[in-house]
Amino acid sequence: MPRVLTIVRRRLLAAIPVLVLVTIGTFCLLEAAGGDAVDAYVGMTGGDAGLMEQLRQQWGLDQSAGNRLAAYLWSLAHLDLGWSVTFSRPISDVIAERLPNTLLLMGCAIALSFGLGTALGIGAGARPGSTRDRLLSVASLALYAVPGFWLGLVLTVIFAVQLRWLPLSGLETIASGKTGLAHAADIARHLVLPVAALGFIYLALYLRTMRSAMAEVWRLDFVLAAKARGLSPRRIVLAHVARNALLPLVTVLGLQSGAMLGGSVVIETVFSIPGLGRLAQEAVASRDTPLLLGIILVSAVLVIAINLVVDLVYAMLDPRIGSGDAE
Amino acid sequence: MSAVPRFLRTPEGASGALILAALALMALLAPVIFPNDPLSIAGPPLLPPFQDWSLPLGTDRLGRDVLAGIMHGARASLAVALAAAAMSIMVGAVVGTIAGFAGGLTDEALMRVVDAFQTIPGFLLALAFVSVVGPSLTVVVIAIALSAWTGPARIARAEVLSIRERDYVAAARVVGMRPAEIAFREILPNALPPVLALSAVIVASAILTEAALSFLGLGDPNRVTWGGMIAEGRTVLRTAPFLSIFPGIALVLAVLGVYLAGEGAVEATAAKRGYA
Repeated sequence: MPRVLTIVRRRLLAAIPVLVLVTIGTFCLLEAAGGDAVDAYVGMTGGDAGLMEQLRQQWGLDQSAGNRLAAYLWSLAHLDLGWSVTFSRPISDVIAERLPNTLLLMGCAIALSFGLGTALGIGAGARPGSTRDRLLSVASLALYAVPGFWLGLVLTVIFAVQLRWLPLSGLETIASGKTGLAHAADIARHLVLPVAALGFIYLALYLRTMRSAMAEVWRLDFVLAAKARGLSPRRIVLAHVARNALLPLVTVLGLQSGAMLGGSVVIETVFSIPGLGRLAQEAVASRDTPLLLGIILVSAVLVIAINLVVDLVYAMLDPRIGSGDAE
Repeated sequence: MSAVPRFLRTPEGASGALILAALALMALLAPVIFPNDPLSIAGPPLLPPFQDWSLPLGTDRLGRDVLAGIMHGARASLAVALAAAAMSIMVGAVVGTIAGFAGGLTDEALMRVVDAFQTIPGFLLALAFVSVVGPSLTVVVIAIALSAWTGPARIARAEVLSIRERDYVAAARVVGMRPAEIAFREILPNALPPVLALSAVIVASAILTEAALSFLGLGDPNRVTWGGMIAEGRTVLRTAPFLSIFPGIALVLAVLGVYLAGEGAVEATAAKRGYA
């Protein structure tokens, strides 16, 4: 079987028990929340005990916990996440509408932190122990200590309130009627601050990983051989050391995707970006637990998907992985 | 040279220890210097900082003393972070030890649970837990621990796997110790050092998670927290940005102090082994 298929199959098989466990976990939280969809519905629309009884029967909420878990798993298997009382729409529709915005934000933030972090990491790792290395390390540590939401607020104060260079919040100018390129440029302008707030925090991680991986590679014999061949220092750093230190970065990228998804909750809230994270905050504020748990499930699937992609990239970079015997 | 002076001699360790000592002092002295409830009104609303020396950092929208809030906030922030870190390390070490020592089906089952927890973004899990159970200091601690125990569990398990084949474990078996006794009295203490090496990262991320939860209004409503103060200041961000900026600086310093101390500890142990 081709290597790629082996990896995909193994990953998907491993994902099944994990997803079942996550589902059971979310169901338990849903149970612990007390009060069900009927309480929430009647709380909003009003109604008497008779109506509540009738609704419970209609929605299958009078069944035992075991039966309801089975029904929950059954509907999830049909990609039915349930009904959001807050939005009066199916949860899957609400999430599908918000997901692209989060993916856009996360994609840009990952590109920023990965690209800039790697570049600065090469700068630091080119001469381990140098002043530049120490300065970059301390600076990245300081950046890593900054809470994303606070960085977002500070950037807003500077660039949106004081300098008025960039828009304050939102994803696009409301009712601007812009289309095509102008519309894309408008969205890009709105994304600058949130992407910076989200991306700069995680930049430190890539910088430090790159730096320490390069420090390891410097000790290897082929670097000595490259020096002996009289290659230019620039070529040794880029083509020999940095290139061979890239692999751990890909691992960090996979591990970090979940954290960044969590970070997007506060960033989207700060910048009023209608994404998955802000939806989670809205679900908490309106006590819409089924919606919140639907978001958690979708995020878990997203994390699994990202890690699958990371695994494939990994296999592309390192042919020894997934070739059958290298288990 | 023993461990503590070596730690303090590294620039990271010294600066980290200094910051953390200052924060601990703030937390301890808060009720002495500001015996009044930091949530009570202390002066006119929205007094700018550095104007009135009885209210050096000014007041917020409701006339509450910002400096008193920051100092009392240090208590909540540090207490929650330390408790959550201790809890996640303890739970993680115990689960990891059981998984590594028992092996087989137990190991497989426990590690799948760890996988499941690691698949859910930690912050979303904490958010869901607090919103379902209701915000209080204890719930926030448990929520943070829920999202942080998996790292220690994995490391403890890996360590236990290598320790359980050592001679002294075999000796303990021969002496007739019960398996549980061997696992928790012989193996666990020896598996702890690499787990404890994670503590700086765990404490730091616990501080940040607590702040983010309070920022979203999910902290204990009866206590001042830095995250809560930042959220409160956000409503007047245009006119009084200092209300959000000051508690944020405290937050950055606290996390930075923890990271620096952690780096110092790593360098000190590396120097002991003769690497650096």
